[in-house]
Amino acid sequence: MASLAARRAKDTTIKAVSIGFAVFAIFLLGWILWTLLARGLPALGLNVFTNITMPPGQHGGLLNAIVGSLIQVGIAMLIGGPIGIFCGTFLAENGKKTKLGAAARFVNDILLSAPSILVGLFIYSLLVVPFGGFSGWAGSVALAILVIPVVVRTTEDMLNLVPVGLREAAFALGAPQWKVVMFITWRAARAGIVTGVLLAIARAAGETAPLLFTSLGNNAWSVDLNKPMASLPIAIYQYAGSPFDDWVALAWAGALLITVGVLLLNVVSRLVLARMH
Amino acid sequence: MTSAVDPTFNLASSVAAKPDAPVAPVKLKVEGLQFYYGQNHALKNINFDIPEKRVTAMIGPSGCGKSTLLRVFNRMYDLYPGQRAEGQVLFDGVNIVGKELDSTVVRSRIGMVFQKPTPFPMSIYDNIAFGVRLHEKLNKAQMDERVEWCLRKAAIWDETKDRLNTSALGMSGGQQQRLCIARTIAVRPEVILLDEPTSALDPISTSKIEDLIDELKREFTIVIVTHNMQQAARCADITAFFYLGELIEVAPSDVIFTNPKEIKTRDYITGRFG
Amino acid sequence: MDATVDGMRTGSALPISEAKGTGAVSDPIFVGLLWASGIFVLVLLGLIIAELFMGGLPALQHFGLEFVWSSAWNPVTENYGALVQIYGTLFSAVIAVVVALPLSFGIAFFLTEIAPPALKRPIGVAVQLLAAVPSIIFGMWGFFVIVPLMAAYVQPPLIDTFGQLPIIGLLFQGPPLGSGMFTAGLILAVMILPFITAMFVETLESVPPMLKESAYGVGGTTYEVYKNVSVPYGRTAMVGAVMLGLGRALGETMAVTFVIGNANRLSASLFAPGATIASTIANEFPEAPIGSLKLTSLLQLGFILFVISFIVLAVSRALVRSRMD
Repeated sequence: MASLAARRAKDTTIKAVSIGFAVFAIFLLGWILWTLLARGLPALGLNVFTNITMPPGQHGGLLNAIVGSLIQVGIAMLIGGPIGIFCGTFLAENGKKTKLGAAARFVNDILLSAPSILVGLFIYSLLVVPFGGFSGWAGSVALAILVIPVVVRTTEDMLNLVPVGLREAAFALGAPQWKVVMFITWRAARAGIVTGVLLAIARAAGETAPLLFTSLGNNAWSVDLNKPMASLPIAIYQYAGSPFDDWVALAWAGALLITVGVLLLNVVSRLVLARMH
Repeated sequence: MTSAVDPTFNLASSVAAKPDAPVAPVKLKVEGLQFYYGQNHALKNINFDIPEKRVTAMIGPSGCGKSTLLRVFNRMYDLYPGQRAEGQVLFDGVNIVGKELDSTVVRSRIGMVFQKPTPFPMSIYDNIAFGVRLHEKLNKAQMDERVEWCLRKAAIWDETKDRLNTSALGMSGGQQQRLCIARTIAVRPEVILLDEPTSALDPISTSKIEDLIDELKREFTIVIVTHNMQQAARCADITAFFYLGELIEVAPSDVIFTNPKEIKTRDYITGRFG
Repeated sequence: MDATVDGMRTGSALPISEAKGTGAVSDPIFVGLLWASGIFVLVLLGLIIAELFMGGLPALQHFGLEFVWSSAWNPVTENYGALVQIYGTLFSAVIAVVVALPLSFGIAFFLTEIAPPALKRPIGVAVQLLAAVPSIIFGMWGFFVIVPLMAAYVQPPLIDTFGQLPIIGLLFQGPPLGSGMFTAGLILAVMILPFITAMFVETLESVPPMLKESAYGVGGTTYEVYKNVSVPYGRTAMVGAVMLGLGRALGETMAVTFVIGNANRLSASLFAPGATIASTIANEFPEAPIGSLKLTSLLQLGFILFVISFIVLAVSRALVRSRMD
């Protein structure tokens, strides 16, 4: 047995190291944000929002990429949001102790962490090849698949927090299940469900890999969902790897935009949840 | 099975034995009721009658089956796949146990108030309108009238009339429980089930609810589950004592609390177990 | 005030046996939708597996099972194999876990045992925000900031010192490019750190206070209680958390693509450029026309990645949930 002094010294050392690690993690976040600000802010002119992507040296912007991202993330949420909320509701209500429920919960956990690039390959095989090419639709569906598990997980967790008594009270008035769920349970858990939706938007907005082989990217202005569509992450990917300084600068501006947006969504979702409890 | 419940026991006549109680017809007739939580046999061959427009109390130690029986009356057990009931509960002569009747119909006639107040996360007005809209189409004026009517019945109109559109979650526990009673009344059930409605409340709120029960029995048949024997003695016309899933004894409250027939009942009401 | 119930009845109530349920029609539809959405998730995963398998099948038929352990990747001779990519995927992910694990242990110790309540939440949130930063941002940060630092300050001294040693020196060979396996592993470590830490914290907070208090009662220091009571108590779930981190690192694409160097060759050196399955798919896909052997080989790579991730994630989940169920 080590002496008391030695044990105390070890304890103090390890505490100091732990504090150092925590400071280091925050330093990393700060470092990334500082890099984004230092390199992205100078490039963040009005042209970023008013011009579409153009050849190097022509003061191009990211308008088509921003709009493309908004459209694809929007459609992904319209498809994936309701499916996710319904599936999460199924897991928390009807499927709680059923075999299907256990299987769906397992599969959802896998989908939540599965490599997103494989979703891109899947949609490529399922939609791009058979339907004649890259399209905004394909990108939206790929993002929808990434959105679903996030929404399912949060919805289930949040509905499980709703007291059983509230459901029973609504049933006791003679309400059918759909009204109990839609007007009482969802309502009681709405802050949590909104949180899930916001987190899902944040995830979809930053995803690059699943769009590579689905909506591909588009340097021209296009809002046609049947054609390849630009998106912010893909534009960043193309420009960051390019040899042109103004393109790289634009990539940093886009990176700053997307990170600020995603982090804001995360912070807001936490605030929504904090207000609920 | 102990058969303290005399098969020929006539509730109507026994109630009539009370000088102030006229003969009451049977509202709910329980016949050979068995109840199972999965493998667990929770209610064993229950037979008894609940008279109309009377307060019937069900007492007994925790796990004796009294709450289970209450939840059979409005088919709450339907929500849980592992639970099932056998036998009959006749509501005005119609069996309400089993699948012949839709559970929402049963629940609209037999309302229930729970142990903890369960206000919905919406305004006081909407808490009441939610239940009414399930079963009836009312215009705004009719709905206003219904809301006022049931809040008056539940004796909280004066406290709520100026804040009908504020959230029900901001009320005190006692007010919330009376709102839940109002919400149940608003659907105009014929039977109201109360599952330990005052166990989460302070003594003042409790006495208000007890006064309310006394008032409500003029129009509704009331069944109350309680841990509190004084409450049963104060509020109930009839009291039924349950023990380990069996109905041990049922009799007018003054009889059961002063001169019970069964030793188990006597032990329980004198506090020897439970 | 004393309107009777009968006075309120606008229409005469039907006998109970004739009344209609409020959800007689709508409930079966709604409940059907709920079940359908549960089934949908299952079908979705099944479809993903089936599509990747069918897509990669021609490659498997062409090369045989040898595809899995062949290190070839030659578009000119149309000879493809998965070994380099599988090696790169596993190697970079293991580096990530090795680096992230002590950090996660330390931060979780800080958050559960040391941090004052006022600091606990903001620091916890900051660590979680790290997880929210999109993958491509880590890629750019890695490529433009970390790679030059590695090339200038980290790799040269390591190569000069450890590179001379026998055996272990094999890990420190080659020019200091900055990019490569080690840098990819470091970036991945930063990305999985928040996931592992969050699950560590969740597990450690579920340790019954009684257990910890009795250990303190016999004179344990904070660290001793953490090491001998809390961590052993949560061991299973914590191993699961590490597996989840591993699973996430295996499939990470954009961050890795920027910094791994993208070379299809095998090397034992930490600093040599390499490739992972995900980075290869991302890089090579644009030059893989429909119907080509290359495309089906990429899909087969995708299927292999899926199988590896699936196993790791399933094991992780079983470990994490073992305590809950």
